[in-house]
Order: sequence, then structure tokens, then C-alpha cells
Amino acid sequence: MTVIAIAFYLLALVTLASGLMVITAKNPVHSVLYLILAFFSSAGLFILLGAEFLAMLLVVVYVGAVAVLFLFVVMMLDVDFVKLRQGFANYLPIGLVVGLVLMGELVAISIAVATKGAAAGNQPLVATAAEPNIKMIGHALYSTYIYLFEAAGFVLLVAMVGAIVLTLRTRPNVKRQDIFSQVTRRRKDAVEIVPVKTGEGISE
Amino acid sequence: MRLLKAPDMRPVFNSEGLGDLMNAFLLQYLPVIIFIGVATVLGLGFMIGALVIAPKAPDTEKLSAYECGFNAFDSARQKFDVRFYLVSILFIIFDLEASFLFPWAVSLFDMPNGGMHVAFWSMVTFLVELGLGYIYVWKKGALEWE
Repeated sequence: MTVIAIAFYLLALVTLASGLMVITAKNPVHSVLYLILAFFSSAGLFILLGAEFLAMLLVVVYVGAVAVLFLFVVMMLDVDFVKLRQGFANYLPIGLVVGLVLMGELVAISIAVATKGAAAGNQPLVATAAEPNIKMIGHALYSTYIYLFEAAGFVLLVAMVGAIVLTLRTRPNVKRQDIFSQVTRRRKDAVEIVPVKTGEGISE
Repeated sequence: MRLLKAPDMRPVFNSEGLGDLMNAFLLQYLPVIIFIGVATVLGLGFMIGALVIAPKAPDTEKLSAYECGFNAFDSARQKFDVRFYLVSILFIIFDLEASFLFPWAVSLFDMPNGGMHVAFWSMVTFLVELGLGYIYVWKKGALEWE
């Protein structure tokens, strides 16, 4: 019991500290690395709750894909980060207001869920060896929440199309390979034998 | 001091028997923790060992930048082709699609209330949705590197 408590406080502390470092670190690359640490320790917290699948998902999706995308953006974008920080004091009040509103909303939602929503009076489901976390998620997701699952599919589809529409540009004058037309090309399409008279040349 | 007792927030640990269950479950992660511990000790050990044992005689010439004999021209940061992000975003989307498959594959054959067919066809429609997206991506030529 105490070991679990110690592990919880350790992981929670690491999560909070690295979350703080994400927004305070001078170097944005370090910010992303702290974000990865925060993801990892949140995965540890999920494991402490018995939610193994969510923990692994956090590692696979967030650390494996999202953090890599963030690193891409941070490392490859030609942004002057010193210039970005200059307006910090100007934007501080409005940032604080937005942050406080967001925090108030989160607290309100948490209280509502805990007292009247899904968490009210229910004994939490505990994953066992016969009924692990991933199975419970499957049972809920593909029966009760089936429409939301399909909606998630459409959201992913929209994200895919949106990414293509926003970023794909075909450059003209790029000579790319077209295997079919290259292989089906015949001699008579490409070569022409012209009898040339001496001293006259050929005209098109 | 009530706030300091974390397990109180999770009734799991207060119910009899469930606490033991939880401990048995978490005990499975002991090898992972040992592994992380060994990795940390090894990593820190080599770094500290190099600091303590390795001979050091630094001077300004030794510590100055050396890149084929001249200083770096400019910052290593430069604009990259947006294609890199496109590939990365598409990877995230298909990664998420695959992650939906895991719970489906595990739970399909014992869905409650005989929901197996519904669960099966829901995943088929999901895959068709993303398959359409995949065909779109392919036809648009987003997967080709010119």
C-alpha cells in the first residue's frame, strides 16, 4: 500500500514538474523532451490505476507519434524563439484570464462528473486477469459507444483529408518515374528515321 | 492531512480483497521497475565514472568549435519541406487506427449480450472509412516522394 502511495506521489511529482518545465524551458527542444517525460510518467500513473492498455497507448501514440511530430515542428521550423518571447509580459494578463477560465471549466466538469455523472456512487471497475482493461474497453467501445467509435473514424478521415488539402502541393516540372509508360514505350513512338539530303538538313 | 492520503481517492484500495488484487497486478511490473533502475544506474554510472576517472587537461584550442577547420556558418535550424509533416500526420492517423484494433481483437469473441456481429461490422465500417481516406491519400500522391 505504502509502496503504491510512494509510486503515485513520485510519478505525480515528475508529471507536474516536467509539465511546468514544458512551458518554462528556454529551449523548445527541451520543452518537447520534458513533454515526453510527462507522457511517460502519466503512463506510469495509468498503470497504478490498473489501466494498462491506456498506459501503453499513451506511450505508443503520444510518445511514439505526437511527440515526434512536435520535435519535427520545433526542430525544423525556422522560428526566432527569442522574438517569440518578447511579447510575454504584454500577453500575460489575457493569458492568465484564459487559463483561469479553462481551469474553472475543468474543475466544474470534474465536480459534475464526480457527483452526478458517471463516477457518482459507482464502484470503479477493476481490471482482473480474466477481464483486463483492454477487454473492458473493447466491450464498452464496440457495443454501447459504437456511434462514437464510428464518429472517431470520421474525425480521423477528416484529419487525413484536411492534412492533404492544407499541405500537399504538387510541384510542376518535376520529372518523376512512371513505370507503366516507361515500360510500354515502343521504338516507333520515340525514334524516327529521316532520310537527309546532303547540305539541306531537316526541318520540322 | 486527508489530502495527503492518495489511496483514499480511489475506493479500489479500500474494498477488501481488491487491494491485494491490485498489488498482485502491480507486482507484474516489478521487472520493468528493476529494468529502469538498472538502466539508470548504468547510464549515470558511466557518466559519473567518466567524470571521475578520465584524465582532463582542457585548453581553449581543444574546446573551440571544430567543423572541418572552420566555424559553423549559421544556425542548424532551417525550413524543411512540409512533406515531412504530412508523412508524420498520416503516420499518427494510421497509428490511431491500429490502436483501435487492439481492444477489438481482444474482446470480439466474448462481447456481452451477443454483440459480436455488431462489434465486427462496426470495425469493418471503421476500416472502410479509413480505407477510403487511404485511397484518397494514395490517389492524391501524398505518399510519393518526388
